[in-house]
Amino acid sequence: MNAKTADKIATAVIYAIAGSVVLVLVAMLAFILVRGLPHLSWHFLTAQARSFEAGGGIGIQLFNSFYLLILAMLISFPIALFAAMYLNEYAKPSIWISIVRTAIEVMSSLPSVVVGLFGFLIFVVKFKLGFSIISGAIALTFFNLPILTRSIETSLSQIPDLQREAGAALGLSRFETVIHIILPASVPSIVTGVVISAGRVFGEAAALIFTAGQSAPALNFGDWNPFNTASPLSPFRPAETLAVHIWKINSEGIMPDLSAVSAGASAVLIIVVLLFNFSARRLGQLLYKKLTKS
Amino acid sequence: MDLITEKIKKTSLSTKQDRFGKIISGMALLLITSVVVLIFGFVMTRGIATFTTDKVSVSKFLFGTNWNPSVVDPKTNQPGIGALPLIVGSLAVTFLAALIATPFAIGTAVFMTEIAKKRGAKIMQPVIELLVGIPSVVYGVIGLTVVVPAVRALFGGTGLGILSGTIVLFVMILPTITSMTVDTLKAVPRHYRESALAIGATRWQMIYKVILRAATPGILTAIVFGMARAFGEALAVQMVIGNSAMMPTSLVAPAATLTSVLTMGIGNTVMGTLQNNVLWSLAMILLLMSLVFNLLIRLIGRKGELK
Repeated sequence: MNAKTADKIATAVIYAIAGSVVLVLVAMLAFILVRGLPHLSWHFLTAQARSFEAGGGIGIQLFNSFYLLILAMLISFPIALFAAMYLNEYAKPSIWISIVRTAIEVMSSLPSVVVGLFGFLIFVVKFKLGFSIISGAIALTFFNLPILTRSIETSLSQIPDLQREAGAALGLSRFETVIHIILPASVPSIVTGVVISAGRVFGEAAALIFTAGQSAPALNFGDWNPFNTASPLSPFRPAETLAVHIWKINSEGIMPDLSAVSAGASAVLIIVVLLFNFSARRLGQLLYKKLTKS
Repeated sequence: MDLITEKIKKTSLSTKQDRFGKIISGMALLLITSVVVLIFGFVMTRGIATFTTDKVSVSKFLFGTNWNPSVVDPKTNQPGIGALPLIVGSLAVTFLAALIATPFAIGTAVFMTEIAKKRGAKIMQPVIELLVGIPSVVYGVIGLTVVVPAVRALFGGTGLGILSGTIVLFVMILPTITSMTVDTLKAVPRHYRESALAIGATRWQMIYKVILRAATPGILTAIVFGMARAFGEALAVQMVIGNSAMMPTSLVAPAATLTSVLTMGIGNTVMGTLQNNVLWSLAMILLLMSLVFNLLIRLIGRKGELK
């Protein structure tokens, strides 16, 4: 076979491979959306789940997912921000820094089920918090921290050193330079990173099965006192999230309208995650335009 | 002492601020590191308890083929704690998924960087990003509603098993391997391509003989990353593998993986019992394997640097 024919064949094969990857994604999205969208209704999105009869919804699970996401972000963002700040602004190459970097790398490749088991061992069993929002939020924080730290560090490192030198020349301390110059300049890309990681956290289930639990007790949406267990804001109630719900009903297989609920819930999950992914870039660009216009 | 010396010798406001910043950000870093240490410490001490307090021999645990911790085997007078079927299950789905995903990932990456750069950036990049973003339970649902019935129709049986797990994992790790391969291919210097084309190589010869060779360490790293993800993936696999902890005899017979047994079992056992301890030993294997994958990535990186 001469080289030109080989070239043509190889090109055709590569085109076919790339095409099939696109096809797989399109087919999966179409499958989830086409099967799920007909089941979506206001009732489905707000009603309580039912285990043994048809007609249940995913209201509480949806609320739990967002509440856990917000809590996990509130805890992990400041830690990740400061850690990234140290790594990018203060750290000098040393054995300690390389150990810390290795630790973050190892943490980001830990199986999420192990993170969940650790959360279970420490918060659910040792601290006797039980299956609760707070245990789940902390497990999600562990899951999220390495990814978020790395993404914020990349954002910070993209700001040219010229800015830091300018700050130092004005007599600002390094801390002031970071707070007043570097951080504002990197806000758009930090926001992009945060929203993308929010999408990942929203879909995470393995870390939550044994920390936030697999049950969603009825909530009283008129009671916003976080210290009442029936209150939606209570951090000590068990909280099954949307992703955990999908897993649980599928592996139990006892719900009569299982396929409908599972399809609808998957569609909602996918739509929310896609929204996060799409808006991440848009939001970053928008902020960039807003912040650099003046 | 006069006022000026005193003023100079005092720590300035800026120095104080700087110290404050350094301390608070250093503490955040310390917190992350200690979490990693704690995770390893706690899971390891739990996992080792099987061998220290319950006096199970390591080789029996690693190479025993009977996994049934809640039933005492009358022959040996010990519960079945041989984890080999689970280890084999995990390794099988991981390697098979990586084996299938690698050519697809390399093909897609070559398409994006060498063949159709514009379309690569416009269509393939978002496709890969979306694939990364799809939650693993959704992969599980698709596996359960599409892959399992298809396997059942083609090969008979229940459809649950290593083959279904492999297919689901293949799609899951494909974007991971692809996006990392794209990064390595982009890092191959432009003059490699130009020199190859200048001496009369066709595009495929350039790709195959120059670019892919130069990018081999990076591609290997990408594959190991994908395998690490596949090995640790729990729910999507658990939904389609069948959860039967027997030595896998065929690709379409129900099997189990370390992660699937962990997700099913940990809630049903009592802390401190042997049944519970062996589960933590499984978690320990998962941890150690993720360390091994990390080490592999480092080794490959170092080998690649030498060139």
